[in-house]
Amino acid sequence: MTKRPVRFYQVGSFAVGNRLLADDQRTVQSDPNRTNSIDSGHRACQGCGEALGARYALDAAMRAAGGRVVTVNATGCLEVFSTPYPETSWRVPWLHSLFGNAPAVATGVAAALRVKGREDVRVVGQAGDGGTVDIGFGTLSGMFERNDDVLFICYDNEGYMNTGVQRSAATPPAARTATTDAVGPEPGNVFGQGKDLPRIAMAHDIAYVATATVADLHDLEQKVEHAMTLRGARYIHILVPCPLGWGSASSDTIRVARLAKESGLFPVFEAENGRVTSVSPIRRRARVEEYLRLQRRYAHLFGAHPRPDIVARLQDIADENIARYGLVNDETEDVPALEDVKEMVH
Amino acid sequence: MLRQIEGSRAVAETVALCRPEVVCAYPISPQTHIIEAVGAMVKAGTLAPCEFINVESEFAAMSVSIGASAAGARAYTATASQGLLFMLEAVYNASGLGLPIVMTLANRAIGAPINIWNDHSDAMAARDTGWIQLFAETNQEAADLHVQAFRLAEELSVPVMVCMDGFILTHAVEGVDLMTQDEVDSFLPPYEPRQVLDPDDPVSIGAMVGPEAFEEVRYLAHLRQLDALALIPSIADSFAVLTGRDSGGLVHPYRTDDAEVIVVALGSVLGTIKDAVDARRAQGERLGVLGITTFRPFPRDAVRDALAGASRVVVVEKAFSLGGEGVVLTDVAMALAGRDVALHNVIAGLGGRPITQGAIDSMLGRASTGDLGRLTFLDLDESAVSRERSRIAAARRTGPSAENVLYDRATQGSRVAQEQS
Repeated sequence: MTKRPVRFYQVGSFAVGNRLLADDQRTVQSDPNRTNSIDSGHRACQGCGEALGARYALDAAMRAAGGRVVTVNATGCLEVFSTPYPETSWRVPWLHSLFGNAPAVATGVAAALRVKGREDVRVVGQAGDGGTVDIGFGTLSGMFERNDDVLFICYDNEGYMNTGVQRSAATPPAARTATTDAVGPEPGNVFGQGKDLPRIAMAHDIAYVATATVADLHDLEQKVEHAMTLRGARYIHILVPCPLGWGSASSDTIRVARLAKESGLFPVFEAENGRVTSVSPIRRRARVEEYLRLQRRYAHLFGAHPRPDIVARLQDIADENIARYGLVNDETEDVPALEDVKEMVH
Repeated sequence: MLRQIEGSRAVAETVALCRPEVVCAYPISPQTHIIEAVGAMVKAGTLAPCEFINVESEFAAMSVSIGASAAGARAYTATASQGLLFMLEAVYNASGLGLPIVMTLANRAIGAPINIWNDHSDAMAARDTGWIQLFAETNQEAADLHVQAFRLAEELSVPVMVCMDGFILTHAVEGVDLMTQDEVDSFLPPYEPRQVLDPDDPVSIGAMVGPEAFEEVRYLAHLRQLDALALIPSIADSFAVLTGRDSGGLVHPYRTDDAEVIVVALGSVLGTIKDAVDARRAQGERLGVLGITTFRPFPRDAVRDALAGASRVVVVEKAFSLGGEGVVLTDVAMALAGRDVALHNVIAGLGGRPITQGAIDSMLGRASTGDLGRLTFLDLDESAVSRERSRIAAARRTGPSAENVLYDRATQGSRVAQEQS
């Protein structure tokens, strides 16, 4: 279903001014009449990818559902920064119960709406990666296998950022967290662990699975809007850089997210009923080093005691993703030379 | 209509009459027959509209109930023992959010050692969850309490747990007078939620509450529990007018008026105790029984009043706070604070050990002669305990105690049988 990406011009960001697009191709965010599902004034950190992702996703869901959306939220940053009363940022009905049960609570809301004949009201569940791949995994898998009518969105910032940056099963290898310190012969998170939730979701043969990043607003919104045209269990996994946890500049959130995709470390694709139906090819292939160097959680791989061996293993992971999903095509620009990478990030 | 029916079936059919809209089920003995029967009614279309959801855990069962209730549906589930513990985080959450979910607890022991039989250690572990806890003495009362529970829960926006003894009640077939749909409808109005997830009137439910308001929110929850102490008797009175039955209420005194010794207990064991008391009354002893129907909120005044004439109180209970004493005893002791009364605690029926009339009778005999201590474990095999204590004292790697005691009891038993033959 992915619309062909619009490529009028590029300034290194691939951003396209909405004013150059036909009305029906413009983003939800560019619509002056769009909802503010999560309103301004919340207490997310500067440059928070999750706040951005939630805003993009929910406003798109609201437009797709004609404003008839109920949200269920797991415990985590999103829940904490959005509801320090007397302010709530939510302009949609919003329920937070626990850390590990958002998918099941969403199931309950969907069941109640169905029994009351209010199937015009749609249910969106939301959690960070901890609430999705770790503590909420059991209830998520249950919701998937029952094919409950819920769109569940994971805002993946690759760790427990709300509690002070600890490792989750979504933390990538070599990344430094408070529980995978950058010490010893294998600094940072270990290789060979972790959960690939989009693929696990696909194994449930649910109607729709997609990945996205906050770097491509058009793509993210289209996936949410498409998901809302379907019924049953649907899952969207959005990569949301965390300046605090990743040690990246607040102003680099979009850039870091784009490099995660363009390096192949975070494959962007969609799948229906267990099969991959489209991938977002890499436009200008980046070396993982270009991505890693922007983040202090990987600082131990560079600097005074560089670990090119570990960087090479991360590059292998990216290359494996590229091969698995076919992320490189004829239009992909070649990977830059290593010297150019250092030039770019310094 | 009076029917010879299994307790679980009676509860399932009564719950169905309450028109639940979302029912979650995760199987655990001895709760299974209840949810199987409700599920069959939904599948057959005789209970409609209702969503029956087979979930992957008790944690999900309570979580789905939370979502359904917050979206305005009447939600019901049932569990027992380990299941209650597995969902405990969500059990607290349901009451904290003020969602009037009704849940049957088919009381069963908590492991380890794993044990599927009846005691009250599950309910007592949930004592402080903020749920109202009602204990059924009979299957008739178990069925009736569910109708009252939905009304109570929804009037107060507080969840209610109906406790019925696993197997002893859930699997017992006896006569139960089932209500009609018209009777239940006249007693239980449709659920009108105080808070609901509605796109036309968006609210945030479950926000972070800091020190500036947390205490007030908890205190309000406490006040709702105190409101329940007033509401429960009035609901039971209305129910009695409708059905002629005295199901529910705070406490059930039995022959307490002139009693010098009163036995306090919860649940189905009350029947056995009443039989024992009747037999000893026939011998001229002045004994009475106090059944506690509402355990949370604890009806301290009602208990104190009911025990006013007693010089000796024996609390028989199926749970124990290790390193302390009985859980019910603690509450009864507080109710009797300042009163000069001898207080005894009898722990009985743990893990489903039968509580016989003979054992109760002999215990009451010791109570009447002043030979009953403060704390008694009824029918405890003290020799098996002391043999295991000796093994532990004699060596380091003595292995798992539970298995040692099982082996000891089995082999000692066969030795006794051999000696007798």
